[in-house]
Amino acid sequence: MTLLEASAVETIYGPGCPDCLDATGDRAGTNQCPRCGTVVACAEADLDVAEGEVLGIVGESGSGKSSLAEALALERDPEATVNGEVSYAGHDGNLLEVDYQTRHDLRSRDISLVHQHIRDGLDLEFTGGGNVAEKLLSAGWRSYEDVRMRVRELFEETEIPVARMDDPARTYSGGMQRRVQIARALATDPDLIVLDEPTTGLDVSVQARVLDTFRRVQREEGVAAIVVSHDLGVVRLLADRTLVMRHGRIVESGLTDRVMEDPHHEYTQTLINSVI
Amino acid sequence: MTVLSVEGLSKTFDVHVLDDTQVVGLDGVSFNVREGEFLAVVGESGSGKSSLLKCLYRTYDPTDGRVVYHGDDEVDLATCDDRTVMALRGTAIGYTSQFLNEIPRVPAVDVVARPLVEQGTPAETARGRARELLQALSVPAELWDAYPATFSGGERQRVNLAQALAPDPDLLLLDEPTSALDPETRREAIDLLETALGQGTTVIGVFHDTDVVAAVADRVVVLDEGRIQAVLPIEEFDGEVVR
Repeated sequence: MTLLEASAVETIYGPGCPDCLDATGDRAGTNQCPRCGTVVACAEADLDVAEGEVLGIVGESGSGKSSLAEALALERDPEATVNGEVSYAGHDGNLLEVDYQTRHDLRSRDISLVHQHIRDGLDLEFTGGGNVAEKLLSAGWRSYEDVRMRVRELFEETEIPVARMDDPARTYSGGMQRRVQIARALATDPDLIVLDEPTTGLDVSVQARVLDTFRRVQREEGVAAIVVSHDLGVVRLLADRTLVMRHGRIVESGLTDRVMEDPHHEYTQTLINSVI
Repeated sequence: MTVLSVEGLSKTFDVHVLDDTQVVGLDGVSFNVREGEFLAVVGESGSGKSSLLKCLYRTYDPTDGRVVYHGDDEVDLATCDDRTVMALRGTAIGYTSQFLNEIPRVPAVDVVARPLVEQGTPAETARGRARELLQALSVPAELWDAYPATFSGGERQRVNLAQALAPDPDLLLLDEPTSALDPETRREAIDLLETALGQGTTVIGVFHDTDVVAAVADRVVVLDEGRIQAVLPIEEFDGEVVR
């Protein structure tokens, strides 16, 4: 069953003009409107995610993959204008037009974002357990005992040493901090997790364990995910279906192995052939 | 009963990065596969054997033709939507290649158990089945909890084969699964495949060893430059075209 359906999603930085869409994108070879200077980070994005499915988004830096993912995760950049329509199972209306309170509730309970930069997602002065607990409190959990028990459970599930629960997150290794982010994202049993570059900044040896943990938990909990990565290997291992982005547009989509082994678009062919 | 009808299947690659060169992988391939049958696909390197399997599994998008799978419902695998393909891959159709593509640092037993776990089998039951398969393929018990990345080519291939057999698919597509095995292990792999066949599994397999084809196949599809040259009962197959 469809969990999330998006059409004509766009994120722009700047005043915008009638030429913006025609003058940017894959064919134009740029994401900046030559007439008004507006940056069209992503536009004309249509996609859907089924329950329990993992959708990968790949593309080079600046292709718009994070902008699209953030729009879908209801993350707001005050400098950006976000348009389009996003519908979500069990929710009436357009997710991009909800009021502050509804957005807060959706982000606390239904849709979680794991930020690319750990500092955007965690307060490193807080304890690791506190960072996870904060998500529960914000979703309305009140009993100290319940929160404590749930945090412990999440630490075990994401393989973070429970003994470190009350240490400040800044004393954790990079791999542990990433796990705390994942634990936090899973805390309220959301239906959808958006992961932005889940392995960036981690040692290769740690990457594998983080990916394995995420995939195991994702399958066990049946949670759907959108995984953004410039690393084709990450998407190949995690995603059922994949979107390829360039200059702010989706240029190709399909089953992940099909996109990787039988790429149709010229850019995808170049991307696949560039893997070292 | 026919499980799969392949009709006029063609695949042309448009290689944009090579001045839009068109490369023909398959050209009007047609054949039927019966339930429980073991069909071997043979031909020289570049004759389209792997392309055929990948078109059937939809790792390649066929350019033309039909691939009708007669499961619970009739589905044209050449044109059905991605979600239908995903659902069939999870339950009915298995595929394994020469290479294992897995997350590093996951123990062999979990690699084999994964397709079962994804179907909802409890982890311990799935691991039990995985150990049985690894045992049947003579993977030494001390390797079961080790990481396949550290294994030899032959050991890795056996893990790969065990993973393909674990979910007990109705239709199994095998792309040279025994190429790195020594004769004795190959024999064990063949025994295991024959057991799978005994349970009603239909297999389409690409093999480069004539002895494997002779031992397991009921019929042979001979490919040459992307076209079918012959479809032969095993008794009439002399091994000539296998390279």
